[in-house]
Amino acid sequence: MLLIECPYCGVRDESEFTYSGEAHIVRPLEPSALSDKEWADYLFYRSNPKGLHREMWYHSAGCRRYFNAVRDTVTYKFKCVYKIGDSQPNLDELSSSAKHPADVEAK
Amino acid sequence: MKRIPNGGRIDRSKPVNFSFEGKSYQGFQGDTIASALLANDVKLIGRSWKYHRPRGVVGDGAEEPNALFQVEQGALTIPNVRGTQAPIYDAMVVNSTNAWPSVNFDVMSIFGAFSRFLPAGFYYKTFMWPAKFWMAYEHIIRQASGLGESPRESDPDHYEKTNAHCDVLVAGAGPSGLMAALSAGRAGARVIIADEQEELGGRLLSSSELIDSKPATKWLEETLEELASLKNVTLIPRGTVFGYHDANFLTIAERLTDHLALAQRSGPRERLWRVRAKQVVLATGAHERPIVFGNNDRPGVMLASAASTYTNRYGVLLGDSAVVFTNNDSAYQTALDLKASGMSAVTLVDARASNENLIEPLKAVGVEVINQCAVVNVIGKARVIAAEIQNLSDDGKSIFGAKQRIDCDIVATSGGWNPAIHLYSQSGGKALWNDDKACFENGISVQDQVSVGAANASFSLVDCLTEGAQAGRSAAIAAGFNTKNTRIPGVSCSAGTDLTPLWRTPTEDPPGRGAKAFVDQQNDVGVSDIYLAAREGFESIEHVKRYTALGFGTDQGKMGNISGMAILSEALGNSISDTGTTTFRPNYTPVTFGAIAGPEIGENLSDPVRKTAMHTWHQENGALFEDVGQWKRPWYFPKLNEDIHQAVDRECLAVRNSVGIMDASTLGKIEITGKDSGDFLNMIYTNAWKKLGINTARYGFMLGEDGMVMDDGVTIRLDENRYFMHTTTGGAASVMSWMELWLQTEWPELEVYLTSVTDHWATAAVAGPNSRKVVDSVIDGIDFDKDAFPFMASREGLLAGLPVRVNRISFSGELCYEVNIQANHGCFMWEQLIAAGAKYDITPYGTEAMHVLRAEKGYVIVGQDTDGSVTPIDLGMGWAISKTKDFLGKRSLERSDTARKDRKQFVGLLTDDPKVVLQEGSQIVNNASDQIPLPMLGHVTSSYYSACVGRSIALALVKNGHQRMGDTVYVTTPDKGFVSAKISTTVFLDPQGEKQNA
Repeated sequence: MLLIECPYCGVRDESEFTYSGEAHIVRPLEPSALSDKEWADYLFYRSNPKGLHREMWYHSAGCRRYFNAVRDTVTYKFKCVYKIGDSQPNLDELSSSAKHPADVEAK
Repeated sequence: MKRIPNGGRIDRSKPVNFSFEGKSYQGFQGDTIASALLANDVKLIGRSWKYHRPRGVVGDGAEEPNALFQVEQGALTIPNVRGTQAPIYDAMVVNSTNAWPSVNFDVMSIFGAFSRFLPAGFYYKTFMWPAKFWMAYEHIIRQASGLGESPRESDPDHYEKTNAHCDVLVAGAGPSGLMAALSAGRAGARVIIADEQEELGGRLLSSSELIDSKPATKWLEETLEELASLKNVTLIPRGTVFGYHDANFLTIAERLTDHLALAQRSGPRERLWRVRAKQVVLATGAHERPIVFGNNDRPGVMLASAASTYTNRYGVLLGDSAVVFTNNDSAYQTALDLKASGMSAVTLVDARASNENLIEPLKAVGVEVINQCAVVNVIGKARVIAAEIQNLSDDGKSIFGAKQRIDCDIVATSGGWNPAIHLYSQSGGKALWNDDKACFENGISVQDQVSVGAANASFSLVDCLTEGAQAGRSAAIAAGFNTKNTRIPGVSCSAGTDLTPLWRTPTEDPPGRGAKAFVDQQNDVGVSDIYLAAREGFESIEHVKRYTALGFGTDQGKMGNISGMAILSEALGNSISDTGTTTFRPNYTPVTFGAIAGPEIGENLSDPVRKTAMHTWHQENGALFEDVGQWKRPWYFPKLNEDIHQAVDRECLAVRNSVGIMDASTLGKIEITGKDSGDFLNMIYTNAWKKLGINTARYGFMLGEDGMVMDDGVTIRLDENRYFMHTTTGGAASVMSWMELWLQTEWPELEVYLTSVTDHWATAAVAGPNSRKVVDSVIDGIDFDKDAFPFMASREGLLAGLPVRVNRISFSGELCYEVNIQANHGCFMWEQLIAAGAKYDITPYGTEAMHVLRAEKGYVIVGQDTDGSVTPIDLGMGWAISKTKDFLGKRSLERSDTARKDRKQFVGLLTDDPKVVLQEGSQIVNNASDQIPLPMLGHVTSSYYSACVGRSIALALVKNGHQRMGDTVYVTTPDKGFVSAKISTTVFLDPQGEKQNA
């Protein structure tokens, strides 16, 4: 079970949180002006990276605040958390930290 | 009794009586089932699951594949207890798990004679066709095989859970674990050290080595004393660390009473520890692996380390003569131990060339050593009589020369050691093959964790002690403590660890012929099965595992897995590192369901139960309840001898003809306030809200951004900037989260406050032509005149002086008033309404009648009539969609697929035979006589017998249904084939709504 740091409450057990998908998916201001493809991009298409991923979490059994996090989808490790509206962290800087052993061939 | 006169960890002054297979035996305090049976010269303890071959004890710990027992009977029975770890207690009842009718006479052993015809995949190949016979085969196969039997009664024991945090968690209390705990504990760190065995000490319990010039057990005693004196150290014997999860979250199953006689037991049986550790030290030791040879499963063939354990720790005299077969140094100590136990003849067979340093001490005590030979076969059936050896070629790939027979009672084998990397693997780490040591070992740490000692492929005692001390110190420092080095105790002489890999004795016969040689005894997987899998094209170890069952079962291949992988790589001509190992997953050893469930069992503890304020009244008036989410809702209120149909018919007719009353408290209620509430609702709901009059209600759909119906309900405008939203009973929590999501992420500029008030209000729906008279007679301050208080209006009044809010909304299509009161007055309000309605025979009705009543009017239940793929237009409710404003999901309604005219649409269905009630979920087709496969048009979503309409009615989603009114379609039934039905409007009663507007 992961430990997740809520930016409002501090470190709490994973069981208090709900995953809420990729972060920074902005709802178009004028949906009716979009083509079907543009709308589908917003609605369905997600980056699903192997590695660092900006995602949204919900402290559903706590303060009930949504917040953003950068998490490594290979190791599950949280690299950082930040509040909704805060600027996005630079993934290149975050990814310079240690690699997962799955990527390391020999001991 | 076959005992050595002195020594070991058993208490010879405390005899313990137990029974095995109905026969009485005696052991001593400190014995396990396995040691006690061996001390009674019981070598045959079970039958193998596939061939029913006689089997005996092989190991001395968690790796044991054979010594699995059914302990106790009835409700207390426990299946598959590992006899190598379970202690005996007075009056213990032990039975074999897999022998019918008895261990010594097993009728199924005939399978053994035909083993050539029962290869890997036999069941798949033979019983796959015809598929419908599988049920019959399975019955016989399950009876013939299988392991223990699960109890058929509910568990009389109770279990508890505890949460703990610590600086350093040490898994395993052998020499490395103890040193780690000692150095971290001395530094002041909060330490938890747990070990699966009955006693802490690990290999020291059976060691004949000296530590600080004292017997290892003496050092152990002193170390445990010091650890126990440290207040920051928690010792958990009988505690298996069985799970290693993310973020150093580990689970420990602590056995509290299983070692006690039944009469002495009290308190919980097990305790589940849920531990968050800053640092983890894995000192889980290693499992010895056997060398595989012909008939290596005969009772009396065991691991060399197990032979030492039974001799040294349990004082068992394993026989009069022994053959020790090894490819490494560690078994030399076993030969010494066996000789010292009083055996007259011990022969050590080493696959390797002779080494004078190793041989010297053995020769000195009269142990014969034979080099460059291998055990090729074992003579004896129910027990070992002799071993046959032959010369081994230099490359270890062939045997030659004449067979030599050595009579013996046991054959002890050692093929090397497999570090117990299970927890490391669970932590996310990747095992690596170490060619020098010929074992899989831990790679780099993924979590804040370190492996030490034998678990780290450092097998010598001095390495174990050193690595443990260092790891404990490093962990304490990492957790924020200052500490000096811990002194490493001196070790007399540490046994060597040299090894030349030999996984199996080569054979002159091709695989599949000659004596059966077992790799995984629990699953009867032989060398020939692995070769067969390779021949049939299985290359991945994961596939071979599933094809042959290698590594399945309660031991999860702790003994046989690595040998199996090595033999597979040999069959494939690969290296072992290319073949790879499987991933270990929790649990390390089987864990009881009781420990996992803990105290959270039964109706009130497994999941919260929500009851309305009127619940007691419902109970007292005979309601049967239905679970809706966590809520208990009255289902129907049967009168004497009524079945569900009679009761529901009566309840429905009462509502339509006079008045009924229903508990509607469970509907989700959310209060929405703030100056932007109207704008917010405009986005959340499909229809427009800002022009809604105060004290007026409106029905709304909530869509996902994909345009599909997510929830529905009536929302009332209480004031300029104050709305009262109803959600479905099941959707209340998710709707709340959904609205919070949009407010927090997309529209933080909106000033809107959401408050869940579901539990604050008790609600009674009073429905029927006489409802106005009932509410009017008990509620003051409201003009109930039909024009003064019209449909979809809301009013505040007083009931016996208590404030109530009355909403004239209806889910039954009748004239209806929903009366809301502060929840703690709910039952009082209900009783007042019941009393006031007595003269109209007011009838309480439940969810079943509610479903029928709303279906008669074609009202949708979200989640029953919809399934996340239905738009409001599909439901024929396009009128609820605003053309002018944006709302969540609106754009999706114009997507080509969503805007398609021939989507599955919501319609009524009337069976041609009005008595036939369709089954919900039934598929609908155009023409029953067409050739299958028939195109499916849709399915029945709701179906009832309607007493008010006087026939069956149904609602359905049917392709292009709105354009097919009056068409005949065919619906499947479970027993009558297809029945015909006509597509109709969804409204079966009062299409103009005169009743609700009355």
